[in-house]
Amino acid sequence: MKRLCTFILLVCDVVYVLAQGLAPASGGIEHLPPAVDTVRSIAPFFTQAHASPRTPDAEGFIQRWLLLEPIYKPNRGNTVFTDTYIRRNLDTAYFPGQFATFPRNGEKVKVGDQELVWHALETSNFNIKLFRFAYGLNKQTYGVVFLAATVIDCPKELKNVRMAVGSNSASMWWLNGKEAVLLSGDRRMVMDDCVSKRLTLTKGRNIIRGAVINGPGMSDFCVRFIDEHGQAVRDLTITLDPRY
Amino acid sequence: MKFSIVAVIVLALLSFHRAGLAQALNGQPYIHDPSTITQCDGKYYTFGTGGGGLISVDGWTWNPGAERPGGGLAPDVIHIGDRYYVSYAKGGGGLAGGHASNVYVMWTRSLDPQSPDFGFKDETLVASSDGIEDCDAIDPAFLLDPTDGRLWLTYGTYFGFIRIVELDPKTGKRMPGNTPINIAIDCEATAMMYRDGWYYLLGTHGTCCDGANSTYNIVVGRSKKITGPYRDNMGQDMLKGGGRFVVGASGRFVGAGHFGHMVLDACVEKFSCHYEADLDRSGFSVLDIRPLLWRDGWPVAGENFTGGVYEIQSERSGFALELAVDFVRMPRIWRGPSGGPGPGIPRPAPQSSGTHPPTPPPPGGGLPMMPGFFNRVPEGPLVSIPAQSLDSVAKDWPAGTIDIRIGDFMSRPHQKWSITPVADAGGYPGSPYFKITIAGTERALAATADAELVAVPGITGAPEQLWRIDQLTDGTYRIMPKLVPGSNEQFVLTAVGASTVTLAKFDPRSDISRWNFRTP
Repeated sequence: MKRLCTFILLVCDVVYVLAQGLAPASGGIEHLPPAVDTVRSIAPFFTQAHASPRTPDAEGFIQRWLLLEPIYKPNRGNTVFTDTYIRRNLDTAYFPGQFATFPRNGEKVKVGDQELVWHALETSNFNIKLFRFAYGLNKQTYGVVFLAATVIDCPKELKNVRMAVGSNSASMWWLNGKEAVLLSGDRRMVMDDCVSKRLTLTKGRNIIRGAVINGPGMSDFCVRFIDEHGQAVRDLTITLDPRY
Repeated sequence: MKFSIVAVIVLALLSFHRAGLAQALNGQPYIHDPSTITQCDGKYYTFGTGGGGLISVDGWTWNPGAERPGGGLAPDVIHIGDRYYVSYAKGGGGLAGGHASNVYVMWTRSLDPQSPDFGFKDETLVASSDGIEDCDAIDPAFLLDPTDGRLWLTYGTYFGFIRIVELDPKTGKRMPGNTPINIAIDCEATAMMYRDGWYYLLGTHGTCCDGANSTYNIVVGRSKKITGPYRDNMGQDMLKGGGRFVVGASGRFVGAGHFGHMVLDACVEKFSCHYEADLDRSGFSVLDIRPLLWRDGWPVAGENFTGGVYEIQSERSGFALELAVDFVRMPRIWRGPSGGPGPGIPRPAPQSSGTHPPTPPPPGGGLPMMPGFFNRVPEGPLVSIPAQSLDSVAKDWPAGTIDIRIGDFMSRPHQKWSITPVADAGGYPGSPYFKITIAGTERALAATADAELVAVPGITGAPEQLWRIDQLTDGTYRIMPKLVPGSNEQFVLTAVGASTVTLAKFDPRSDISRWNFRTP
C-alpha cells in the first residue's frame, strides 16, 4: 500500500498491527539473505561526477547532477502537494543566492539550522535515486526537499524541444531561470510524465534547476529533452560548469 | 398535485441515476486488497488484508466467511491440482514505517471452512525484503504459465522494484537457485495474465488508503517473456514507470486496485478489483467484478450491464429482436405535385411488399411525390412526425404468448426492450439477473421447455424469465436465461438464422451468439 496521507496514518498503523495478526509468523522461517544494495552508501547508485563532458544516455536521460543534501520539510503524506503548495514551497529560496548562483561540488549552504552540502554526482541509471542519495549519506529520507542542478551544453540552438520529467513525488523545474515543468500531487515516477511547453535550448550552456519534494516513500526523478517527434535529444553535453 | 409532480420528478431522477451507473456487488462486499477470485466446490472465494475474506454462491451477493490464517497483507490464491495455494505478506508496506517483509505460501485442499478438507499446511517463505533494499516484499500474485506449467509469483510495492520469482507448482516453495528479477517500478498490487503469446503484468498506480481521495488505478504492460521487459502501448518499459491504463474511478466508485483475472468461459472474462471508496456505502472499500475486454491485444475494462430501454441487435445480421407481430405501417403524408407538404392526406396503404416501395399513382395521375425524391426540397414548413405509439399497436397484439424473431430495426414498440435488474433473484459474477420486457408492457422474454423463445404476457419472476447478460471480450454481449425449463444445459440467445432466434449452446467462434444493446 502506498504512502498514506497524514490524517489516516495513525489509523492505518492500528490497522497494520491488526493486519499482521497477533500470532507469530510460522516458526523457524527466516529472512532470505539480504540483497546487495543494503550497504549504507550512495554506491552503487552514484559515483563522483567527472570533469570531462558527458552525453545523455541512449534515451536522452541526463545522468549527471549537482544534488543538495535534503532540506528538512516534514510532510507525513504526499497528497498535500497541490499546484499552489508546490509553487509556494518550491519556487522559493531556501538560502541566499539559491537561484542566482550555480552551486559547486562541496559547496555548503545554510538552511535554517541545517548545514547542507552540494554533491556533484553521476549515475548509470536513467533516474536519479534521491532516496538512495539521502539514505547513503545518512540524511533524512522522508519529509524532505531535494534541490538539483545541472548544465547542458548545446552545439547549436535547438528550438521546439521539450523538457520531459518524471518525479516521485512532486517537483518543479526551471530552464535558464524560467519555470519549465511542474509536477503536482502524489506523484510516482514515470518517464516523460510531465512535459514542458516548446522551449529553445540556446547554443552553449543552459542551466537546469529542479526541486523535488517528498513525504514518505521512495523519491527519485528523471529528466530528458525530446524533440517535436517525441524523440530523445542527445546532441548535448553535460558539464556541471555554467561558465562560458 | 404539487407533491405528485415532485415525486414523479424525484422518481425519474432516481431511475436515471440507477440506470446510468454501474451497480455495486450485493451483500456485504467490504474488503481491501482482494485476492484473485477462486471457485471451490461451487462457491466463489476472495481473501483480503488482515485475514478473512468473502464468500459468494453466485458471484453477485458476497458476505464475510472466508478464513485464512496468518493475517498480513494482500493475499493471492491459485488452484493447482488438488491444492489451493495462498500467498500473503507480513511486514512492509510502509505501514509503521517499515519495508522489511516476508512473502509466504501455504496450501489447503478446500477453501470452504466447513469442509473436512479445509486446513492450511506447509507455510513456507518464498520471498523477502530486508527493509533497506529497493523492494518491499508485499502484494504477492501467482501465475501458472499455461505454456509450460511453471509457477511464478510477483511481489512488491512503490518502494523500489516489482520482482518475480519462480515457485515449484508441486509444493508452492521457491525453486532452488531461483533469484528475483526486477520487472517494474513504482506500482504495487501486481497480477499477471497470459494470452495469445503475451504475458501481461497488471499493476496499481496512484494513492491508496485515502478513501474518496484515493487515486488508485490499474495499469498494464506486456511482454513476450514472463521475465520482461513489460512495455505499455507507448513502448514504455514498466521499469521506467510505464503502464497502459485499464481502470480507475468511475461513477460512485473511487480508486480501483488489486486486479484479479477470472475466465468464466471462452470469450467470457471478468476481473475483480477493490474500490477504495464506494460513495454509496459510506466510502467503504468494496469488491467489484467487471467484464474484461480485449482490444488490439490489450485488456480493457468493460462495464457491467445496468439496464435501460434498448434495441437488442444481432451481431450476425444487424437485425433486432422483436415480437412476432404484424408490422404496422406509419401513416405517410401525401405530398402535392410541388413536393411541398401538400394537403396532408394519408396515403393509401400499399397492397404488396417487396424490394422496392410500392408506387400507387397519386390522385390525378403522374409520378408519386416521395419527400426528397427527384431532388425536391420542401417548400413549406417542416413537420415532426411522431413515433409510433405503443398504444396504437399493442391493442392488436395477441393476448397470450407471442413468438420472438429478428427483424429490420425500425424503432417500433415491438422492438424496444426494457431491461431491468431484478432484486433478490440472485445473479452471476458482477451482476444481478435481469428481466427483459417490451418497454411499457409486462410482456417478458422467456425461455421455453423446447429451448425456444417467447414473450409471456406477464412477469412471474420464474427463472426462465430471468436473464444473465455478460459482456464478451470483444465488447458484444451474451444473453442467457437463468434456466431452460426441464434442462440442465446452459443455452444462450442465438441467431440461428438471419431473422430467426433460438436458444442454443454458446459458440464463442461465431457471431450467432453475440448481441449489442443500442439506444433506440
